[in-house]
Amino acid sequence: MTDMPQSPDTPIAVKDPSRLKLALDSDFIYTFKRSPVAVVSFVVVVIMVLAAIFAPLIAPYNPFDPGSLNLMNGFSKPMEPNQFTGDIFWLGTDDQGRDVFSTILYGMRISLFVGAAAVLFAMVLGITLGLIAGYVGGWTETIIMRTADVQLTFPAILVAMLIFGVAKGITPVEYRDQMAIWVLIIAIGLSDWVQFARVVRGATLVEKNKEYVQAARLIGRTSPAIMLRHILPNVLSPVLVIATISLALAIIAEATLSFLGVGAPPTQPSLGTLIRIGQGFLFSGEWWILLFPAVTLLTLALSVNLLGDWLRDALNPRLR
Amino acid sequence: MTTPILSIRNLTVEIPTRHGILRPVDNVSYDIGKGEILGVVGESGAGKSMAGNAVIGLLSPPAHIAHGEIHVNGQRVDHLHGDPMRRLRGKEIGMVFQDPLTSLNPLLRIGDQLTETILAHLDVSRAQAEERAIQALDEVGIPGARERINSYPHEFSGGMRQRVVIALALCAEPSLIIADEPTTALDVSVQAQIIALLKDLCRERGTAVMLITHDMGVIAEAADRVAVMYAGKLVELGPVRDVLTTPRHPYTDGLMGSTPLASRGKDRLHQIPGAMPRLDALPTGCAFHPRCPFVQEKCRHDPAPVLTDGTGAACWYPLDKKAEVA
Amino acid sequence: MLAYVIRRVAQSALVLLIVGLVAFSMFRFVGDPIDNMLGQERTQADIERLRTQLGLDQPFPVQYVKFLGGAIQGNFGVSYRQGRPVSDILMERAPATLELAAVSGFLAISIGIALGVFTAIRRNGFTANAIMSLSLIGVSLPTFLIGILLIYLFSVELGWLPSFGRGDTVRIGGWTTGFLTESGLKALILPSITLGLYQMTLIMRLVRSEMLEVLRQDYIRFARARGLRERAVNFRHALKNTLVPVITVTGLQLGSIIAFAIITETVFQWPGVGLLFINAIQFVDIPVMAAYLMLISVMFVGINLIVDLLYFSIDPRLRADRTAAH
Repeated sequence: MTDMPQSPDTPIAVKDPSRLKLALDSDFIYTFKRSPVAVVSFVVVVIMVLAAIFAPLIAPYNPFDPGSLNLMNGFSKPMEPNQFTGDIFWLGTDDQGRDVFSTILYGMRISLFVGAAAVLFAMVLGITLGLIAGYVGGWTETIIMRTADVQLTFPAILVAMLIFGVAKGITPVEYRDQMAIWVLIIAIGLSDWVQFARVVRGATLVEKNKEYVQAARLIGRTSPAIMLRHILPNVLSPVLVIATISLALAIIAEATLSFLGVGAPPTQPSLGTLIRIGQGFLFSGEWWILLFPAVTLLTLALSVNLLGDWLRDALNPRLR
Repeated sequence: MTTPILSIRNLTVEIPTRHGILRPVDNVSYDIGKGEILGVVGESGAGKSMAGNAVIGLLSPPAHIAHGEIHVNGQRVDHLHGDPMRRLRGKEIGMVFQDPLTSLNPLLRIGDQLTETILAHLDVSRAQAEERAIQALDEVGIPGARERINSYPHEFSGGMRQRVVIALALCAEPSLIIADEPTTALDVSVQAQIIALLKDLCRERGTAVMLITHDMGVIAEAADRVAVMYAGKLVELGPVRDVLTTPRHPYTDGLMGSTPLASRGKDRLHQIPGAMPRLDALPTGCAFHPRCPFVQEKCRHDPAPVLTDGTGAACWYPLDKKAEVA
Repeated sequence: MLAYVIRRVAQSALVLLIVGLVAFSMFRFVGDPIDNMLGQERTQADIERLRTQLGLDQPFPVQYVKFLGGAIQGNFGVSYRQGRPVSDILMERAPATLELAAVSGFLAISIGIALGVFTAIRRNGFTANAIMSLSLIGVSLPTFLIGILLIYLFSVELGWLPSFGRGDTVRIGGWTTGFLTESGLKALILPSITLGLYQMTLIMRLVRSEMLEVLRQDYIRFARARGLRERAVNFRHALKNTLVPVITVTGLQLGSIIAFAIITETVFQWPGVGLLFINAIQFVDIPVMAAYLMLISVMFVGINLIVDLLYFSIDPRLRADRTAAH
């Protein structure tokens, strides 16, 4: 009886619980629940992402509203009343009296936004070029993959720096700070598309000669439709793994560029910018201005890395 | 009766999984005597290779020996680990793998691979070991052994490489060889040569051979006795002539019907309906009953009898083909 | 062999030509150097004079040929910011970066390979797992944070080691070295650890995963089945095969050490080309950026070439079919 196929007009609502149950029972969810590292890092990432999204609601102060700043509050130690105003700041304040906790929340917002946007950009670019290279072949493929090879010879961070430098040269001086975030996204994204393109191209080469793709071609499907509907779903799990690991790399790359002073401007500080600012106070003893952003950055990067590492083992143990 | 070279008693190999314990080898017993070739046949996944790996102590975790005993030359080996087990490998038990292309280290000269094996087991000087290595290559029929010893594996053809592998397995003169599908990866034209070589070398030296294969032709060609495995269980055991001409287990009978044997003179190939069950979804009763043409009610409920006395079929209603033929 | 070398050199030259084109395009089309060099108070005469001085008034092809000709002779024009020939500045800075990179590279490779092999062999051991967990922190820890951490610990708190600069250097011909003075060596410790740590973790993780892959191969199982000692299996058989793929990536890693030196040099105010480059980006000093790009490309391409040729000494298969595409 239970083996009877369900009739097509079975209401979705009846079908859904079983499908959910099926999903929860899958090996994927099973190994996830069995891995405390994966669960913890997943929870940490979710909390940090939520905190970043809702930063304006959570942050006790708006560090970018000059009106709310009091220079007297400068250099407040964490959890201690300020010697002039008596205000207490959880994680202390910087030289200008900005609440470190609030600047971290806003900084994380920028770090995550730049990281995620850069990975998204790299992903779309890489998948598109990879699909085209694999499906079309010929000269197009040669040009795309040779470019990838040459770019791969150079470390991503260097490529990003060069792109940033060039973009900075092109943008008029008065727009540079405004454009910095977008330039950063494009620079990091452009430095990171190769991985996606290589994997997608490889998978496309394998898939395109399979019967179902040829069948789709025979019944008159157009090339873009075949690529999107038939080939793309097959490469999603390696792409997901690369995207996760790339996110960690992008966050670190953004922080590095900002730390070096060629990334997010002081008007829109990311975690890297905050660390750059904090480094100046290390020798004079105001350790908290540096420590808390640094710990936040490390936690964020580590959690995403752990998640990516686990994902790689769980989804595709052969992928390295 | 003299002590057999290999004696397996009630061997059970288990793999714990989250869906329960799998038994790729389930309560299997057989012996191999000096100079005897025992063919172990069955479909892939029937547990024939797993039994071989258990004997040489190379089960990959989490697979492990759960019950039973293995004796080699009268010495119990199933509980050995580490160095004592290592000393047996190569020296007492040699192994030939399926694919000669991947069993040789591509970066080492074959002479070096031979001498390191000889030096690991025999108390000889390096020069003596090299002489032995040349001799071993010569014996497996590699022309110009003295020069070829400096070649790398990729400089040999597939068949020649399998000869090198056999030389490696035999060079420390083990008393038992486990040959796991030794011809499957080879061209049909060289398969017979390799089997003949293996057979001759072992006959000369009195080496016992566990010849694991799914190819009934190879069995007919080389084996003295046959062990048929199905879903981890030993279903039939007996002298090769008896098992091939008058199989007593319905599975063996089906296997014969699906093999083109010139001597049998049949026109049509038969196939056994259905597929071997997965180890995590074994049926009740006899594991073969869903596919058995002679199934009875008893087969559906009672587990098949276990073969322990060294010959016969693990079946409630063994066939008696002699009557038909006569 | 010779044909292969010629092919590889030609490919390398092509890569350099492409990079040269990128560098020239940057040089020619990015920004207006006049804007960058002269402040707000500039006269038309100033602009014209500078334009002629920098050769920006000449037609595009002339500039291009001049750029290429100059680049081959190591002449990259005059720094917009410092007003001195770029090649002079680079030559003055190069020793600092190269010495730092050499020490870090040595640390990263030697410790990285040793730890990678250890964690692969003791796959489930406590120490190996601890090292693996630490390495993931190492990968997640941006280089600049490592540097700051080390400075805080060893310079600010303990006061053992200098936090910036190269210390005293000795000039030998055109080369300044920090290897010969105590303060020079002391100054080298923290930056080289900072720079090497990340590469070390990457090499370690790579060696581990490659080695685990190799340990799964048939020839390793066969080596075990022949009764070779664990040490021989791990080092003679597995490590050698592991190193083949590791060499490529390690070559790339060495290249990226020079690039990552930018970060380390910024943190430690190390007077090398990296610090020069980052300042050039901040001030859009295009000639310096272009020259740095060319310099680093030559190094990368050179390292890649050496790595490819190294293959021949390790992998006999490549020596055999050297004319093949790979």
